[in-house]
Amino acid sequence: MRRILAVLLENEPGSLSRIVGLFSQRAFNIESLTVAPTEDPSLSRITIATRGDDRVLEQIVKQVNKLIDVIKITDLTERSHVERELLLIKVLAMNDKSRTEVKRITDIFRGSIIDIGKQVYTIQLTGDAEKLNAFVTTLANETEIIESVRSGCVGIARGEKALRV
Amino acid sequence: MTKKQFTGAQMVVKALAALDVKYIFGYPGGTVLDIYDALFQQTDVEHILVRHEQAATHMADGFARATGEVGVVLATSGPGATNCITGIATAYMDSIPMVVLSGQVPTTLIGDDAFQETDIVGCSRPIVKHSFNCRVVEDIPNIIAKAFYIASTGRPGPVVIELPKDLLMPTSLGEFHIETDVKMRSYNPSIKGHPKQIKKAVKAMTTAKKLIVYSGGGVIIANASGLLTKLVEKLDAPITNTLMGLGGISGTHKNYIGMLGMHGSVEANKTMANADVILALGARFDDRVTNNVKKFCPDAKIIHVDIDPTSISKTINAHIPVVGLLEVVLQQLLDELAATDFEPNKEERAQWWQEINHWRGLNRVGYVQEGEQIKPQRVIEAMYKITQGEAYVCSDVGQHQMFAAQYYPFAKPRQWINSGGLGTMGFGLPAAMGVKLAFPESHVICITGDGSIQMNIQELSTCLQYNLPVVIISLNNRSLGMVRQWQDMVYGGRHSSSYMESLPDFVKLAESYGHVGMQINHLDELEDKLTEAFAIKNRLVFVDVLVDENEHVYPMQIRLGAIDDMWIKKGVKA
Repeated sequence: MRRILAVLLENEPGSLSRIVGLFSQRAFNIESLTVAPTEDPSLSRITIATRGDDRVLEQIVKQVNKLIDVIKITDLTERSHVERELLLIKVLAMNDKSRTEVKRITDIFRGSIIDIGKQVYTIQLTGDAEKLNAFVTTLANETEIIESVRSGCVGIARGEKALRV
Repeated sequence: MTKKQFTGAQMVVKALAALDVKYIFGYPGGTVLDIYDALFQQTDVEHILVRHEQAATHMADGFARATGEVGVVLATSGPGATNCITGIATAYMDSIPMVVLSGQVPTTLIGDDAFQETDIVGCSRPIVKHSFNCRVVEDIPNIIAKAFYIASTGRPGPVVIELPKDLLMPTSLGEFHIETDVKMRSYNPSIKGHPKQIKKAVKAMTTAKKLIVYSGGGVIIANASGLLTKLVEKLDAPITNTLMGLGGISGTHKNYIGMLGMHGSVEANKTMANADVILALGARFDDRVTNNVKKFCPDAKIIHVDIDPTSISKTINAHIPVVGLLEVVLQQLLDELAATDFEPNKEERAQWWQEINHWRGLNRVGYVQEGEQIKPQRVIEAMYKITQGEAYVCSDVGQHQMFAAQYYPFAKPRQWINSGGLGTMGFGLPAAMGVKLAFPESHVICITGDGSIQMNIQELSTCLQYNLPVVIISLNNRSLGMVRQWQDMVYGGRHSSSYMESLPDFVKLAESYGHVGMQINHLDELEDKLTEAFAIKNRLVFVDVLVDENEHVYPMQIRLGAIDDMWIKKGVKA
């Protein structure tokens, strides 16, 4: 099952490598991982998308929590939450027809064209992983994808529930 | 008036003294010369110079296991630090409190592949509880205090501190502040077991018909053997110890049914397999205990008490998990039991013990002393008799380790010192040296073999320098016994690289290091010569005992079987 884990940890040198090392050392799966400092610069927040059965997931949560730098970990997928990912994608847009079609698809997915070259469009799109996948597939049917980059997902619980110190 | 200024090197030594460190085990080199200079100019902390950094880690480890204090290691950057890796991993696997201070090249050179530069924090990351890079000189004392706190609390383990040379030198000075009462927002190990879980556990224990207590190294670390013994007596339950848990209850206690697992007793493994409730205390259901997890004790309800939540339901699902310090949780269990006025149902217990006694009769870890050659088990029995069961027994890894675990019933915790998790050959001698340093008046034995002893034999020199008269008993079978046993049993008797064709003369070797060497070759001289060896108090004695090279360790679990699927001797199943 796919899970999204949010981790609050000390913003210390090496704390990210401890998380990454743990996943490879114990053969846990990482689908994506994002990290950045929070509004409190002494804290970093990591979002990990991972897969595994209940037993493996329980171990992942416990093992991450055991790391000395980790203050809190929560499984966002246990309850209602919002999940977003950013996609930047560069596609071929050589002629009117393909330019129009790319623009139309982008509008439908509520993305935006953020840069234009002689023969390419660069598009920005946010959403959950499924939406991004659908957009990429649709674009690929219409034109040639030159390059793409995804941020990996970030997430936050809905309502009053919060992950904080 | 400005406060007194110190170099980082002086701060290291002052911090160690402030944390009551008496001994530090290490080896000098370029990046830590300032620390050695600071050590030279004080008397609070004594440095023990080893002959190889791996031995420094094992010596600190042995010291820590025997005393319960933190073992401290000092090594230079690069090869000095990488030589510590095996010892760090050994301590990590057995949850031993240890702090390793490693030199590092100056901060200006880090990342340049400078001379003797290794990213030791990176190298050791998977085998430490935590690690620190120092980048500001004033941080050093509090980093060391934190390292000690982390190493010794919760589930203990090794902590590595990397100290760049420019922070240690007289060119960078700072004021000395140390906060020994450490508090960390990200690290607060749980202490008390959840009251609801305690109630559930007691209910399961008191309603069990076939209860067994399975206790491990956690009991030793928590100094909880007194409480454990009380609980076992109150429940009148059979108790088995893991290899790491030996001495958690006296090996001669009437409820004790021996070690369990791969080379455990028939009765311990059978009792586990037939239990309806298993109370696991500070043990972690590792593969050398469970055998095939799919066949592990299918009918048992499992209560698992451990300080480390990751140990619970990792390999075997726990029905009643309890996270907490064992010494606290055991008291909680005893209090709850007292509150319920529990008395074991005499009839049910008697029936259960009858079953267990039947298994006991099947095979009390057996061997037969026949023929000319000395059986290795016989040596352990003689060792037990002569030391009246009171020696510290520090083991290397192999057949001798299992024989010692089986044939030397340990009366007290911390008496049995061995590398159970990592299985580090070469551990025994330096560990014994650390124990002897802590307890110079006690008998300290290094039980070893002709393979293991050669993995840290250079420390015979350290023993002479610091007058550490341990008794080395080497069960010399001219081969790597445990490897050979597996080759006999699993690999069609093909002894690939398990035969030692060019052993040194161990007697002369010991003598050349300034010690006493002895060889025992005949059964009829075994006890006399061993007695003689133990009578020599002020010199190290190396006893080279030539034993039967064909002896196997039995019982032995059958691969992929259940916990109680075992060979009890060659070709005979339990």
